[in-house]
Amino acid sequence: MNCRSEALEVSVEGRQVDEAMLALLHTILLHRSTGKFHYKKEGTYSIGTVGTQDIDCDFIDFSFVRVSSDELDRAIRKAVGEFKDAMGNGTDGMGQISLEFYQKKKSRWPFSDECIPWEVWSIKVNVVNLANEQERQICREKVGEKLGEKVINIVEVINRHEYLPKMPTQSEVDNVFDTSLKDVQPYLYKINFQITDTLGTSVSTTMRRLIKDTLAL
Amino acid sequence: MDSDLSPQDKKDLDKFMKFFALKTVQVIVQARLGEKVCTRSLSSPTGSDWFNLAIKDIPEVTHESKKALAGQLPGIGRSMCVEISLKTSEGDSMELETWCLEMNEKCDKDIKVSYTVYNRLSLLLKSLLAITRVTPAYKLSRKQGHDYVILYRIYFGEVQLTGLGEGFQTVRVGVVGTPVGTITLSCAYRTNLAFMSTRQFERTAPIMGIIIDHFVERPFGNMGHMHPCNYRAPGEDEGACNGVEDSQEVCTTSFSTSPPSQMGVPGKEGGVPQQVPVQPCHGAQAEHRRVSSCPPADHVPATPYSRGEDAETSSRIVEVKSGSPCDVLETTFTRKVGAFVNKPGTQVTTASLDLPFAAFAPRAYDLEENDPMVQPPESSATSSPLQGSLHSQGSGESGGPAQDDFVMVDFKPAFSKDDLLPMDLGTFYREFQNPPQLASLTIDVSSQSMAEDLDSLPEKLAVYEKNIDEFDAFVDTLQ
Repeated sequence: MNCRSEALEVSVEGRQVDEAMLALLHTILLHRSTGKFHYKKEGTYSIGTVGTQDIDCDFIDFSFVRVSSDELDRAIRKAVGEFKDAMGNGTDGMGQISLEFYQKKKSRWPFSDECIPWEVWSIKVNVVNLANEQERQICREKVGEKLGEKVINIVEVINRHEYLPKMPTQSEVDNVFDTSLKDVQPYLYKINFQITDTLGTSVSTTMRRLIKDTLAL
Repeated sequence: MDSDLSPQDKKDLDKFMKFFALKTVQVIVQARLGEKVCTRSLSSPTGSDWFNLAIKDIPEVTHESKKALAGQLPGIGRSMCVEISLKTSEGDSMELETWCLEMNEKCDKDIKVSYTVYNRLSLLLKSLLAITRVTPAYKLSRKQGHDYVILYRIYFGEVQLTGLGEGFQTVRVGVVGTPVGTITLSCAYRTNLAFMSTRQFERTAPIMGIIIDHFVERPFGNMGHMHPCNYRAPGEDEGACNGVEDSQEVCTTSFSTSPPSQMGVPGKEGGVPQQVPVQPCHGAQAEHRRVSSCPPADHVPATPYSRGEDAETSSRIVEVKSGSPCDVLETTFTRKVGAFVNKPGTQVTTASLDLPFAAFAPRAYDLEENDPMVQPPESSATSSPLQGSLHSQGSGESGGPAQDDFVMVDFKPAFSKDDLLPMDLGTFYREFQNPPQLASLTIDVSSQSMAEDLDSLPEKLAVYEKNIDEFDAFVDTLQ
């Protein structure tokens, strides 16, 4: 199985980084989250209900919809916050944040479980510095329009209905879904980011695992 | 082909189609209510949440949807359309977008109805939730209430897109293949949101940048009743999952809408209204509605384009520019003017504003010689070399903006409120950029001649020599 890879690129002002990333990551996760599975006897299961919530951005003329799950929101915000901190505050720079959906494949001892990505979303971010308030105002609107286009791109990819992991049995559900959240069940995912300085060279790579991931023995 | 489907699958598919159509309408209409929608996630299924999504049902919308469907289902050649339009309080309306749920003949016979089709329909609804926030009508719907309302109409049959004007764009939300055909959900939306009432055009001279009347009377053959996307009063807590309830409150007070990006270029031609496209801070939508809901007409400083009762309406479409005042100063102080505003009113003078210390405010059209702050009473404490420079400096600063080339219009700084004193912050800022001179530093030249100065010098020198010890002590304290 080949991993599907999609790339998005946005140029934002420093203070817009958080909201732009949240908007795109939440839009993707909205489509990659289901209700909680409740397995019954006879191999059947029922699925909980996913609620949604409108979020208005403060620094961008944009609104987006996210899953109504505070736990999920906190996890995403934490990752985006780390990305933003790594990018620096308001300085020019480039970075890339990637949202990777993967499946776990159990391996025998002493080998650890293998994580096999099946979809990777890479969001490249260019941070620009603006000179005055008029430019910032224009940037608010432009970035809002751009994010709208990105949402349309995301929806277009999602609705191609390409590979999705098979619905797992009860014993396999943790290999496909993140079952740690109380209210919703996203596919297993991890968020990584990479920062590039203004010269274009890669100066640091930071890996961040947001969910329980059996990595070490 | 239907014959390949088992009866149970056919029954399931019909049920999915029906509820998918109903939920599609709910999502679209709720996204145009003008408020943020919030529903809770439930870990345990309730059995009533179709497609595992918490989408509340507004009873009126469900009723209208069922009426439009009339027992049929969207199928090949039978599209279900939801038309969203804007209607101003003057009765002018304009179609904004048309959402189409269609089916074509391309079948996917191998697909599992009860599992794959259902899940893909769920995904399609999520995509619809996302896309409904992205089209231009969403922002308009969030600002509806006092000036205009958003209406919806559901119809069945052939898709009608002629009302969207030229250059409309189409976005495809998604497709789901089924054994009987492929379901497609898409949206065609108007891109040119500028319009002006023909009635307005007759009454006033054309305002630069505003245009074209896009709508004409059209005899829609099967036009059903338009329904308001019910407007709910702002002030709900953010994040509160109130769900959506049926509300009959619709505000249709007088006003005119003013498209944000169609205004004239800020320029320096005298007498030309100068407008800067502004946008409210997006996170402060509720604040914007409160701002726009009201100052009484007589508290609004008259601009070249507002007067009397229309001042109130023009204030409602004033949007706070959350930018720095400097840019606005450069372009002179502008206020966005709404379409449908009546003829220009009188220009305001500073004296007519309710300013503190208004008597000392620089008067744009008065001569400096008559200004008591520029020409203070005679003072004996200053030396003559300073006199000329201070006076010339003062005359430069107290002149205010050049009068010949600019039309003084209102300056509305960020965060100012005009529901108390009109433009007090802005006026304060402007006036005190040109502060009057200190009385002790200015001398009334006309009342004192050079000869008198020279005559008084020996006396002054004698006094200073007498007090020389004091001066020395003072100098020591400074070191």
